[in-house]
Amino acid sequence: MSEAVSALKAAEFTGGIAEVTLMDPIGMISVRGDLTAAYMKKALKKAVGLGLPDTRSVQINGDRGVAWMSPDELLLLCPYDQVSDTIDMLTKCFGSNHTLAVNVSDARAVFRISGAHSRDVLAKLAPVDLSPATFTPGMIRRTRLAQVPAAFWIEEGDSFRLVCFRSVALYVYDLLKIAAQPGSAPVFYSAKP
Amino acid sequence: MLTLTCPNCGITAEETEFHAGGEAHLKRFGPGSSDTEFEQYLFMRDNPKGVHFERWRHVYGCGKWFHAARDTMTLEVFGTYTAQTSTVPQDIINKIMDRRPDWQASTAP
Repeated sequence: MSEAVSALKAAEFTGGIAEVTLMDPIGMISVRGDLTAAYMKKALKKAVGLGLPDTRSVQINGDRGVAWMSPDELLLLCPYDQVSDTIDMLTKCFGSNHTLAVNVSDARAVFRISGAHSRDVLAKLAPVDLSPATFTPGMIRRTRLAQVPAAFWIEEGDSFRLVCFRSVALYVYDLLKIAAQPGSAPVFYSAKP
Repeated sequence: MLTLTCPNCGITAEETEFHAGGEAHLKRFGPGSSDTEFEQYLFMRDNPKGVHFERWRHVYGCGKWFHAARDTMTLEVFGTYTAQTSTVPQDIINKIMDRRPDWQASTAP
């Protein structure tokens, strides 16, 4: 198998109001079907060891996870080299039921935004209420980042994980760099009371 | 700017996260219909100053379609409801009647 390479080579931005890092490729599987079905729950348990996530929520279990994307769509996370095995397992669990599991790992780019002002950086780019009271750990938000679709969730503390399409990885990286440039802190969400 | 709540995923966002899909509750006239009916279906649209029913898609979010009832003049959104209906639900009509007592509910699709 060819070697997996991230969308941009070793992209890391430091020295601004937040750190932006392009992550190594992670395994992502798009699952579409009836989320409430019993076989779906069984398949999730087997593939990622987690149950069905609530609406708009993400569950992480070590290097595996499952995110709610829409009323009939989930995004499964797993190590990059285990995608094929996980899809085989899912397909076996789905049987003849009308459900789809597709490897989308290479169609995506993954970023980490960390630092005290990470909420401010994202709030500059997405039409989302990112106040700590409203956007809490365990939530996933599909939205737009300036002109392109993206989704993000809180990894831990003030560190965000963001996924976007691989084809717009450079655009998103540039956006995040500009939004995180030194001296641009709006002191809004991160303001001390 | 409109603020809409997607009934499919429950997210309330401003209109740039959505995409407008035109007038709602059109009755389709396809093969076999008269030229007048087909023209009506294809081209003729209401353009009211006031209460209007529209289709919207949560294009940057869950990707699903839904319906919205809003005022074209004040941009007030009366409510959003499922796309899997060909008529306006009664609770939406009630909300409109609360805000616009003069509005004729009989004109709702």
